[in-house]
Amino acid sequence: MTGSDFGAGRMPWIWFAVAAVALLGLPLVARTDTPALLAIWCLFALSLGLMWGYAGILSFGHAAYYGLGAYTFAVASFNIPDTTVPLLLAIAVPAVVAAVIGAMMFYGRISDVYLGVITLVVTLILNRFMNATAGDAYRIGNARLGGFNGMPAFPTLNVPGDPAAAIYGDGLYYVIAVSLLLAYLLARWILTSDFGRILIGIRENEQRMELLGYNVPAYKTAIFTISAGMAGLAGCFFANYAEIVTPGVFSLGQTAEVLIWVIVGGLGTLIGPILGAVVLGVLKLELGRQQLIDNSLVLGAILILVVLFIPNGFVPFFMQWRRRLARMQAQRRRVGGVRRRRLAMPDAEA
Amino acid sequence: MSETVVETQDLSVRFGGVLAVNSVSFSLRERELRCLIGPNGAGKSTFFKSVTGQLRGAQTSGRVLVVGEDVTTWRTHHIIRLGVGVKTQVPSVMNGLTVLENLWLSARRTLGHAEAEAVVDEVVSELRLQGLARHRVGELAHGQRQLVEIGIVLAAKPRLVLLDEPAAGITSTEMERLVAIIKRINQAAAVIVVDHDMHFVRMLEGRITVFHQGAVLVEGAADTVLSDARVREVYLGNRAR
Amino acid sequence: MDYAAVVVLDIVYLIAFLVLISAGLAVVFGMMRVINLAHGEFVMLGGYATISCANHGINIYLAMLVIAPIVVGVIGLVVERLIVRFLYGRMIDTMLATWGLSLLLIGLVTLIFGNTAMSIPAPISGYAIGRFQMGGYNLFIIAITALMVFALWMVLRYTRVGLIARGAMQSPEVVASLGYNPSTVYMLTFTAGAALSGLAGGILAPLTGLLPSVGGIYIAQAFITVITGGAAVIAGTLTAAALFGTVDQLVAFASTPVIGELALLILAIVLLRLMPQGITGRFFRNST
Repeated sequence: MTGSDFGAGRMPWIWFAVAAVALLGLPLVARTDTPALLAIWCLFALSLGLMWGYAGILSFGHAAYYGLGAYTFAVASFNIPDTTVPLLLAIAVPAVVAAVIGAMMFYGRISDVYLGVITLVVTLILNRFMNATAGDAYRIGNARLGGFNGMPAFPTLNVPGDPAAAIYGDGLYYVIAVSLLLAYLLARWILTSDFGRILIGIRENEQRMELLGYNVPAYKTAIFTISAGMAGLAGCFFANYAEIVTPGVFSLGQTAEVLIWVIVGGLGTLIGPILGAVVLGVLKLELGRQQLIDNSLVLGAILILVVLFIPNGFVPFFMQWRRRLARMQAQRRRVGGVRRRRLAMPDAEA
Repeated sequence: MSETVVETQDLSVRFGGVLAVNSVSFSLRERELRCLIGPNGAGKSTFFKSVTGQLRGAQTSGRVLVVGEDVTTWRTHHIIRLGVGVKTQVPSVMNGLTVLENLWLSARRTLGHAEAEAVVDEVVSELRLQGLARHRVGELAHGQRQLVEIGIVLAAKPRLVLLDEPAAGITSTEMERLVAIIKRINQAAAVIVVDHDMHFVRMLEGRITVFHQGAVLVEGAADTVLSDARVREVYLGNRAR
Repeated sequence: MDYAAVVVLDIVYLIAFLVLISAGLAVVFGMMRVINLAHGEFVMLGGYATISCANHGINIYLAMLVIAPIVVGVIGLVVERLIVRFLYGRMIDTMLATWGLSLLLIGLVTLIFGNTAMSIPAPISGYAIGRFQMGGYNLFIIAITALMVFALWMVLRYTRVGLIARGAMQSPEVVASLGYNPSTVYMLTFTAGAALSGLAGGILAPLTGLLPSVGGIYIAQAFITVITGGAAVIAGTLTAAALFGTVDQLVAFASTPVIGELALLILAIVLLRLMPQGITGRFFRNST
């Protein structure tokens, strides 16, 4: 059906190409350390934005899967010589955990604020638990969990099949950037697929979708799992970037940040969360360099203002304005056209 | 020999201390049209919901069968997949999506991608929704939204259609159109209509089942039922003509 | 025997602690279905108000029982007028805005008071049960919390103010039909909730070193207690706190405090899964 695309819009191929060129060409003109971190945050934000914006599932504890990805990679890379499997595990483990928790919640018809509590509690559990795993007793194979201090010095990513060839610096940046681009394409593909449309229908009216015969809990669990896997990948990259994994990945702060990126950037779009992560990420890094203004203060003020005045986030707000402008221009053209035609035919009825 | 599309056997539903449905045995054959009437609280909605598996936290005894399957403990979406279409009391549609998108979601569940689009076009032309097709359902007037909801029900090509107060809040012209649509639906599917509007119920010309205090009071043809003394007493009080 | 007394006291203390830090959030959630995620920071502000006053020579009991609630109550009033009242009915948006508020408050307090811990000594000294040394201040906390709950219950049940508040819980129309402005009722309820949070912060101030970040711990536990408790303000919070306090401490005594905490969190998930509307959504449904 043309024109009925469930709000997805056409794939912005030109913008995508521009972004791809910019991302991939960046190392030629600038340092890649900050962009790599920003790209990780973008991937994390995209994972939440996909689930929240299109399926309507708001998780207050998405950092759980980010953190699980980071920890899984660290633990696995201590135990397995080549990092290819650890990378895959860093996606799979969060996904499986999400599938279990998601199924428990969605088949139990948990939604809204109660979903928020449960997802938050899961993150808190992981935070508390990991904080308490100091000492030799807490180890998985060769990996000591390290408690509050975390796990440093694990083997970072290597070229698949060649454990000696480490990927770091610009190389790591490329891996992250390409993953982000691929993740975006995956998200677009999901959205425009029948699966994505059904999710959007579920977001709009769960009860009606059930009355149409859709197994709503199954769909919600599926997108929850995909989103968790994506967050896990972001977490894995973060582990490689920071070269240490601490319980801070499960912190309330971390889970709050990703939420704020998504909502400020814009719910219901894919580019919104990405832009939100970039802008607020840069802001956070810049504020971190000085002592005068506290990062929390600025972030908090922004969140309040956005919720009050631009509740759907900046990108949708911007798109709304563009549509309004286009409509006004179209109207002006129509009126002008009529006037011109009248003038051209002076003998017609006055 | 026409098949029984939906049947209940001694169905009782209890919520805490209240017996909402009291030992109701009901059956409906293929392509039959039945109207359920009764005062508020008579158990019609509860009965309705037990057929669609929407009762939670209730104790049920007895059986509910849809197209021969015992669905008493089934979840809603499983029952729907047997070919049931439901129009709820409060219009339940995807307000943020367009008419076409709503219809597509319904059709797609039973058909492949290409066939779904064909069915959507079919329903649009049958219900004359062309002008509204690309509008967001949330922006439509109440009567139009009711019509879209019926379209959604149709798009899944059901064998059993349950309509809960389809005539609520619509104009008399819309009502005539609605009656015609329901009769056309009835050519392919069994239909149960719950409503309060007696004029509407008469126009449908189906058999009537009267509910009272959770049980079936009377069942039969429209004229017989509506002139039955017990029905008049329950509904109108003895002073009515 | 002594050990049993210690265990019981610790359980009662944890229950009282949970009730104390949850009260403000429970009032606002139960009455208005508003989830104030800045509640933890309100508690923190109560603590800072108390410590600041105490450090300036004001009597500590006055500071914690009178000044802290008033100060935080006023802050709550301002917050309600400027932010919360535009978001009624939008639960998720309220949560997000108040989460932003909590970050803002943490930032402000860090700016004003800095990041080093402030503390004051507990005004009541310890005592002994057999060979166990107990904190005397804990008894005070238990007593004050019990008093607070009792007072709250009396107000809600037997005063006109309480009746109006309970009416507002049902719907704004009920309040309006009684002749009161629902918007004013909500404003005062939010303020009262903030005052309760401030009271909690004041009372808890002598316990540990106060940092701008302590709110995070309080909000997590309060949030879980209140949501699991369900909509009934007193019955819900009490039941949830009782369950959590008992389980946490019993498990902690059997193993380690961390595992006790984990047990509490896991119990929360189980309870919410079984009773998605909270405990008082299923049991004690018509209580206050």
